[in-house]
Amino acid sequence: MSAFVDWLSSPVVLAAIWAMVKAVIILLGLVLSAAWMIWLERRLLALWQDRYGPNRIGPFGLGQVIADMIKIFFKEDWTPPFVDKATFILAPLIAMSMMMLGFLFVPITPTWGVSSADLGMLFFFAIGGLAVYAVMLGGWASNSKYSLLGGLRSTAQTISYEVFMGLSLMGVVMQAGTFNLREIVEYQQQNVWFIVPQFIGFCVWSLAAVAVTHRTPFDLPEAESELAAGYHTEYSGMKFGMFFVGEYVGIVMVSGLTVALFFGGWEGPFWTEKIPFVWFAIKCLFFMSSFILLRAALPRPRYDHMMSAAWKVCLPLSLINLLVTGAIVLWNHGA
Amino acid sequence: MAADGAPALPEVVRELYARFGENLFTLQATVDQVPTLWLPANRLHEVLRYLKNEAPKPYKMLYDLTAMDERLRKHRHGLPAADFTVIYHLLSIDRDIATRGKGDVRLKVALQGESPSLPTITNVYLNANWYEREAWDMFGIVFEGHPGLRRILLPPTWTGHPLRKDYPARATEFDPFYLDSLKQDMEQEALRFVPEDWGMKRGTADHDFMYLNFGPNHPAAHGAFRVVLQLDGEEVVDCVPDIGYHHRGAEKMGERQSWHSYIPYTDRIDYLGGVMNNLPYVLALEKLAGIKVPERVQTIRVMMAEFFRITSHLLFYGTYAQDVGAMSPVFFMFVDRQKAYDVIEAVTGFRMHPAWFRIGGVAHDLPQGWDKKVREFLDWMPKRLDEYKKAAVENAIFKSRSRDVAAYDTACALEWGVTGPGLRATGCNYDLRKVRPYSGYENFDFEVPVFHKGDCYDRTLAREEEIRQSLRIIEQCLNNMPSGPYKADHPLTCPPPKERTLRDIETLITHFLDVSWGPVMPAGETSQLIEATKGINSYYLTSDASTMSYRTRIRTPSFAHLQQIPAAINGQMVPDLIAYIASIDFVMADVDR
Repeated sequence: MSAFVDWLSSPVVLAAIWAMVKAVIILLGLVLSAAWMIWLERRLLALWQDRYGPNRIGPFGLGQVIADMIKIFFKEDWTPPFVDKATFILAPLIAMSMMMLGFLFVPITPTWGVSSADLGMLFFFAIGGLAVYAVMLGGWASNSKYSLLGGLRSTAQTISYEVFMGLSLMGVVMQAGTFNLREIVEYQQQNVWFIVPQFIGFCVWSLAAVAVTHRTPFDLPEAESELAAGYHTEYSGMKFGMFFVGEYVGIVMVSGLTVALFFGGWEGPFWTEKIPFVWFAIKCLFFMSSFILLRAALPRPRYDHMMSAAWKVCLPLSLINLLVTGAIVLWNHGA
Repeated sequence: MAADGAPALPEVVRELYARFGENLFTLQATVDQVPTLWLPANRLHEVLRYLKNEAPKPYKMLYDLTAMDERLRKHRHGLPAADFTVIYHLLSIDRDIATRGKGDVRLKVALQGESPSLPTITNVYLNANWYEREAWDMFGIVFEGHPGLRRILLPPTWTGHPLRKDYPARATEFDPFYLDSLKQDMEQEALRFVPEDWGMKRGTADHDFMYLNFGPNHPAAHGAFRVVLQLDGEEVVDCVPDIGYHHRGAEKMGERQSWHSYIPYTDRIDYLGGVMNNLPYVLALEKLAGIKVPERVQTIRVMMAEFFRITSHLLFYGTYAQDVGAMSPVFFMFVDRQKAYDVIEAVTGFRMHPAWFRIGGVAHDLPQGWDKKVREFLDWMPKRLDEYKKAAVENAIFKSRSRDVAAYDTACALEWGVTGPGLRATGCNYDLRKVRPYSGYENFDFEVPVFHKGDCYDRTLAREEEIRQSLRIIEQCLNNMPSGPYKADHPLTCPPPKERTLRDIETLITHFLDVSWGPVMPAGETSQLIEATKGINSYYLTSDASTMSYRTRIRTPSFAHLQQIPAAINGQMVPDLIAYIASIDFVMADVDR
C-alpha cells in the first residue's frame, strides 16, 4: 500500500496526473466555449440583422445555452429505418471527436496546453483529413439523396482544400524551423508575428480554415436552401447535436490554431507574463466572431466556383508563397 | 350584347377574314373589346399557325387557354351552339405596343357532347401543354395528340371534372369523406414515383438515372411545389415541375359567391399581392356594369397597388438573397416590409389581405393623417435600397451566383407566356401600365426598367428598380391626391350609396337587393389585364345576368412561369436551379389558384 502511495507521489506520476487534470479542464473549457459560442453566434447575428436574438433566459439570454442543451438531450434520438445503422452512429462521433482532438496541440499559455509534441502541426493535418469521414459517412449512411449530395460536396471540398491548407502553413514551418506549435509561438514572440511575413499564407490558411469547419461561405455540404440540411438531414436529437457542437468546437479549434500560428499565441502588448490566457482568449474571440460575421455577410458560392477558386487561385498562391519563403530562408542561411 | 354595331372591324378580324373568308368565323362582341371569334375545331391549327407565324406583327404568345361549360348558360344570343367552349387568348406584344392596347385576340371553339375532344395545339404553342392539361382536369375535355394529358391541379386519383356545371361546389353536397385502408393503399400507390408516368426514362443501357425529388416540402421551393430532377452529379439533365399542392378551387368559388363577396378570394390568389389582386377583378366588373369610378378612387387604388408591388418585390429581394446563401438581407427587407404594412394597415385596416377594393370604389376613404404615414415611408425606403445595393447586388459572390444563370431571350419568354419583370429582363419593354394604362396610370410619370441579358441577375435588378419606380408613383399619388367621393354613384356599386335610400322607394329597393343578394351584373363577357406584382394577371368573367359569376377565369403569371422551368434550367446545376426558382418570384397560390 505504501509502495503504491510512494509511486503515486513520485514526481513523474504526479506530473502525469496533473497533465491529465489539465487536459480534462481544457477539454471541458473547449466544449463549454463551443456551446457558449452558439449563444454568441445567435446574439451577434441578431445584432447585425436588426433583431434581438435569444434574450430571455438569464442575463443577456446566456442561459439559452443550457436550455438548448436540455432540449437537445431530451429530444427523441430517432434513427430512420433505412439507414446503415453502425455508420450512421459513427459519423457524428467522428465529427465531434476529431474536432476535439484537433485542439490537442494548441498551446494556450506558456504552461497550459494538452501536449506539445514535435509533430503537432502534422497531427492537425491528419485530424483535418479524418474529419471529412464524418460528413462523408454521415451522408452515405443516411441513405438519402440530399445527404448523399451533401457528403459528395464535402468530400470534393475537403480534397481540394486539404492540399493547400498544408502548403499554406509550410511557410510558417520553414521560418520557424519546427512543426511544434509551442515552438512556433515562442519563435514569433522572439521575432515577429507570422501575420507579417506570412501574410499570403495567412490569407490562404483562413480560407482553408473556414472550409474545414464547413462554415459560410463554405457551408456547401449543408447548404440549407439547396440541400435541405445536406449530410445531416436525417439526423435528430443528440446525434445531430454532436454534428452541431462539433462544428463549433471546430471553430474554436481553428481560431486557437490561427492565433498560435500567425498572431503570436498568448503574447499581448503588455502583461504577457501576468495574463497570457486573457490575450489568447481575446484573440480567439476575435476570430470566432469573424466566423460569425462571415456568415452574416456573405452569400454562398456555387461549389464548382469554389473548387476552381481552390485549384486555380489558392493552390498557386500557396505554392508561390512557399517558393518565396524558401528562397528567403535559404538566403538568410547563406548570409 | 348584340353581335353587330361596331362600325369598324378590328384589324386582326379584317386580316383573318381576308385570309380565311368571313364564313369561317362568328364574331362575338364582348364588353372588354377584345376581338372574339368562334371557329370550327378542324381549322383551328391553320388559323393559329397563321396568327403566330405569318400575320403581320404576329401573335407570339399564347396568353391563356381555358374552357367553359356552356350547358346552363342562358344569355348566349347569336353564339354558335355549344356544350363546352375552349377559349384561346393570344397576345401580340408588337401589335399591342403599336396600337396601344389592341394586341390581343380571343378564339373560341364550340364542342358538343359529354366527352368533348379537339386536337391539341401544343405543336403550335409549347405552353399550351399545361393549359390543356388544366382544361382536361377541370372540364374533361380531351386534347387529341397531347404529349401527356394527365391531371395537373388535382391528384391522379380524383374522380370528376370540377368546373363542369354538374359538379357540386359545396362540401355539403358530397357524401362524407372516408379513408379506409384500401383507399389509403390506393392513394399511397398513386404517390409512387414512376419515371415513365412523368415522361422520363429510368436510364440508358449503361447506367440508371438519379432522380431527386425537390419538394413539395423544401426550404427553397417557395411553397408546396415539387420538381422532379433527373441528375447527373449535380447537373440537372431534365426536370418536370409538379403543381397542384396549393389548389383551392378559386375559379369554382367564383361561381357560388356573389360578385361582391368574391373579392376576398381574389386577395388570396397571389397572397403577396394584396389589393393588387382585387384590381383586375373590380376593373373587369366595372366595365361590365358600366361604372366610371371617381378620380380619387383611381388614385387611391394605384397608390395601394404600388404599395403591394413594393412589399412583394421586397420579399422577392430578401428571399432571393437568402436562396443564394446570404443570410442577412431578408431580415432587413422584412423590416421595410413591416414599414409598408404599417401604412397599409393604417389605410385599409389589414395587412396582407385587406380585400379593400370594391366594385365602383374602395371600402372607405383614406384615414386622417394618411399622408404623414406615406411620407415617412417614402423618406425611409430609398436609402435602404441604396444599402441593399452594397449588401446584395454588388457582392461578387451574389453576382457569380446570378449572372448568366438560367438566362433566356425574349423569344423564349414569349413562347412560354412569361410576363412581368421576367420578360422585361430580356430587353422587351412591355409594361401594361404604359401600353394599356388602366386605373389612371397614364397620369403618372414613371419609367419601365428594362434589362437585356435575361438572367437571374437582371431579373433581380429589374425588380429592384421597379421598387424605386413604385416609390415615384406613390409620391405622385401623395402630392396630387384628388378630392372627391371614394365610391362611384352608380346602382351597381357595391355596397351601394345609401344617402338617398330613405328618400325614394326605388333607391331603397335597389339598395336592399344589392346588399342582400348582391348586385346583378348584366350578361356578357369581360376581362381586365393588369401588370400585377409577378407579371400579367387577368380575370376573364362571364356573367349570365345573375348575382354570381357564370365562369371566373383567373389567368395568373406564376402558372406560366413555372411551366418554363425545364426550358430554362436543363443543363445547369442544382444551385442554379435554386437561384432560378427564387428569381421567378412565384407563389404557389398564384399558380394553383
